[in-house]
Amino acid sequence: MAEMMIKKERPRNLDLASLRSYKLPLPGKVSIFHRVSGAGLFLMLPVILWLFQASVTSPETFAVFQGLVASWPVKLILAGLIWAYAHHFCAGIRFLLMDVHVGVDKPQARKSAAAVFAVSIPLSIILWGVLL
Amino acid sequence: MGGSAVINRIVVGAHYGLKDWVAQRATAVIMAVYSVILAAVLLVFRPSTFEAWQAVFANGVIKFFTFLFFVSLFYHAWIGVRDIWMDYIKPVGLRLTLHVLTIAALVGYAAWAAAILWRL
Repeated sequence: MAEMMIKKERPRNLDLASLRSYKLPLPGKVSIFHRVSGAGLFLMLPVILWLFQASVTSPETFAVFQGLVASWPVKLILAGLIWAYAHHFCAGIRFLLMDVHVGVDKPQARKSAAAVFAVSIPLSIILWGVLL
Repeated sequence: MGGSAVINRIVVGAHYGLKDWVAQRATAVIMAVYSVILAAVLLVFRPSTFEAWQAVFANGVIKFFTFLFFVSLFYHAWIGVRDIWMDYIKPVGLRLTLHVLTIAALVGYAAWAAAILWRL
């Protein structure tokens, strides 16, 4: 029995080709999007700081900020950042709850993963409508 | 021998402790609470002009908590980005370089955030 367990070799390392046929369960999607959204937010930090600076510094820089956020390329970037923040926020709360042992077993973890998307996607759409 | 643990340590590892794990969660809670409170403040005051928008962040209390948010964000980002480098970048030299560049960027952002806020 012990030998069988060892032969299973977990965790499995999947190569890129087999990733295409491997269906990631919903909690896995929450997890990888948490990482992708975090990485995206990190990479865009200079843009976020620059925009924040322009918005609060002076009436002149505020006008530049307003002109930029009215343009479609910037709106597209901000739309992505809003989704990234909303997803990272919701998935983060799920992970924090799991850290204190809330919803750790599989059926509950599936439900809470679905809840993350059920909240973060409508929240993103509402924030797009309000802010962009 | 107790010494073996020291010998096996990796320079670009995760410090083998709870500190970063706790820090990542603590900073996450600070940012989440700040996000909700700032959203509430903006919903109540609805700043529609530059003067009103600037006044929100020029307020001493909000300025303090905004800076706390930024510092939390940069610390949180350090742990998260370091985890990404540790997962995907195997050569020690390259990983160390990326760690140093990440820290340098985040320390720079913290100074930048302080400069933005304390000029208000």
